[in-house]
Amino acid sequence: MESLGGPKWWQQASRSVSISASLSRVESPPARADATFKVTMLPGDGVGPELMTAVKDVFKAGDVPVEFDEFHLSEVQNMASEDKLEELLSSMKNNKVAIKGKIHTPMEFKGELASYEMRLRRKLDLFANVVHVNSLPGYSTRHNNLDLVIIREQTEGEYSSLEHESVPGVIECLKIITRAKSRRIAKFAFDYATKKGRNKVTAVHKANIMKLGDGLFLQCCAEVAQLYPKIKYENIIIDNCCMQLVQNPYQFDVLVMPNLYGNIIDNLAAGLVGGAGVVPGESYSAEYAVFETGARHPFAQAVGRNIANPTAMLLSAANMLRHLNLEYHSHMVSDAVKRVIKQGKVRTGDLGGYATSDEFTQAVIANLAV
Amino acid sequence: ESLSTPSNTPETTRGMVQDPTQFDVLVMPNLYGDILSDLCAGLIGGLGVTPSGNIGANGVAIFESVHGTAPDIAGLDLANPTALLLSGVMMLRHMGLHDHAHKIQKACFDTIREKKVLTKDLGGNSKCSEFTADICRRVQDLD
Repeated sequence: MESLGGPKWWQQASRSVSISASLSRVESPPARADATFKVTMLPGDGVGPELMTAVKDVFKAGDVPVEFDEFHLSEVQNMASEDKLEELLSSMKNNKVAIKGKIHTPMEFKGELASYEMRLRRKLDLFANVVHVNSLPGYSTRHNNLDLVIIREQTEGEYSSLEHESVPGVIECLKIITRAKSRRIAKFAFDYATKKGRNKVTAVHKANIMKLGDGLFLQCCAEVAQLYPKIKYENIIIDNCCMQLVQNPYQFDVLVMPNLYGNIIDNLAAGLVGGAGVVPGESYSAEYAVFETGARHPFAQAVGRNIANPTAMLLSAANMLRHLNLEYHSHMVSDAVKRVIKQGKVRTGDLGGYATSDEFTQAVIANLAV
Repeated sequence: ESLSTPSNTPETTRGMVQDPTQFDVLVMPNLYGDILSDLCAGLIGGLGVTPSGNIGANGVAIFESVHGTAPDIAGLDLANPTALLLSGVMMLRHMGLHDHAHKIQKACFDTIREKKVLTKDLGGNSKCSEFTADICRRVQDLD
């Protein structure tokens, strides 16, 4: 699938190389690339800006050939407007790749049902959210050596922002499931599993209750599964899935599901390996890739206190480098992070340590094999 | 200090997996309850030990275990009666029979704690009738 591959040819166009080289598929680049890749950066709210600083510091120390185009879009900090959104979108259209923090959605209804986060996803058509649930070597949890991938459809479902009050005191909320989007996410899941050499895809649903909605989703998954005979296909009901995940998560490999269940399972799975601070995630459309954390939480209580864990964002940044075909730099960053965690000496509060975000970032920088 | 107080269902799910002791009573709409109750059952040992009750208006209530019908072990004296028994305890409390409820719950917990007559799903080798007999004996001793 193109969106999972390396940089597009128009990214090559920004490199100062000959025309013929820019038109051909790039071979593995030398350790130091000729020019830099431009990536859109959206720090978001809460601890997002601090985490972005960590990424920038590590990239600078590791001499990573990436340049960031920064944008500040925020509903809670009154920095949100249509114009800002448009600027951000045109930057994305140029760069194709972005790294972002979460744009906090205020709980109060301000006259627009869809949050900026949702609207961004829809405008860029970031239909697939992928969260990597990997146990960190050296950090023990109840279930170790976990390796799960959670794929969530994130443009329709329960988050379609269609609600109305037909009778005072009675709200109807519409959950939208379409054949097109269900097939699309199912195909994405199976393609992903194929590309990464995974064995099984499990669809998560509640089709026994939502017979038409989740029933359609399930049917689409089953249809797409037939095109991939080498990959095992199963399905499980969402409540049982949650129970199985806390009792025996090893029975799962790749999971695919609609929006709401994905949001819940992402967080549950993050809890299994150490929390929101350690799980990277990304969102894909056919043309764009956006790298972020797996459990999206602005963590407002931690703002300015230098306590947030940069692990998730750094690992996601490393995934972004792999996406840009900068394999060497990708490994350099992720190896450094994993080494610091394994050593166990410098750990942030969420992992039971006392280090500040800065101390952790410095430790990662010290461990970069430059 | 809980640095990350959950403010919605996905965050609560994460909090429940990482540190369930931060919660006490949770109230929620239908779907979330379905999901969270199964999740929490998983945390304490599964549906074989989880009681439940359905409360309506005017004191009308139905108490039930929420595990499956287990056709593979039906009629073989192998099932774990804990879930249904504890649901019965909930029922006694609902009816105001707190002493009886307390005695039976204590007997049941003590039997499980002792680990001598556990059913297969709890890691033992005993029959349902043996497990039950142990609880009955304890209840009589508590009188």
